[in-house]
Amino acid sequence: MKFAIVVNEGPYTHQASDTAFQFTRAALAKGHEVVRVFFYHDGVNNGTKLAVPPQDDRHIPNNWAQLGKDHQLDLVLCIAAAQRRGILDEKESERQGKDANNVIDGFRISGLGQLIEAGIEADRTITFGD
Amino acid sequence: MQQQADANVKRFMYVNRKAPYGTIYALESLEVVLIGAAFDQDVSLAFIDDGVFQLLKDQDTNAIGVKNFSPAFKALGDYDVNKLFVEKESLDERGLTPDDLMELTWEDEDDDWEEKPSIHLVSRHEMKTLLGNQDVILSF
Repeated sequence: MKFAIVVNEGPYTHQASDTAFQFTRAALAKGHEVVRVFFYHDGVNNGTKLAVPPQDDRHIPNNWAQLGKDHQLDLVLCIAAAQRRGILDEKESERQGKDANNVIDGFRISGLGQLIEAGIEADRTITFGD
Repeated sequence: MQQQADANVKRFMYVNRKAPYGTIYALESLEVVLIGAAFDQDVSLAFIDDGVFQLLKDQDTNAIGVKNFSPAFKALGDYDVNKLFVEKESLDERGLTPDDLMELTWEDEDDDWEEKPSIHLVSRHEMKTLLGNQDVILSF
């Protein structure tokens, strides 16, 4: 089965990202394919490299990045949602004339078309959020 | 629901459940719909629960300092997005009637460009059937 995963909430405040992560990991372990994980709304905050959670807690952004690396996942942050929330990769930061960037390696920033495309390509699109 | 001849066309339904202001979900849902319109899929929108407030006419957001994005719904017809299903029970429960909603139309090129309404009132039971007929549901 080919899954597209949509994450609509940020880390820690809401369970959505944790559940999406656990679902994605479990689906991959069962041999399913995850064509894309698309982060929308506050979900784009899952892609920050500046999160410093307490050491005895899970590191949600790093966990996503590691899972992405282990399975060559396409982790996409919506550009419109990311820009208005101050989530910028190196290229976007330069383009917007900012002096910093904060997207963790393994995520990429792209447009909403990637969400639609994932929905077309996948057998099931699963949304995690409110 | 019409049958799709083209296997590459999927039925996308955007489910709008939240009020237009207070959270960003409604605005960012509409952004997906407008982008998604370029993909030539079979698109419909559902408005249930507080989502029905998104279609109210004469919205005025001056007092809350947030942009009134409701005029953008009027552009949907030009993008061939013309199936907006509004759940009747959700209107009833909020003391609203179809007259409280914006008039949204589209021009049917197969019918001498006649202007037709985009908003369709459906019962909760019909909404259930519509949801069951979709390939992809994006819920906001």
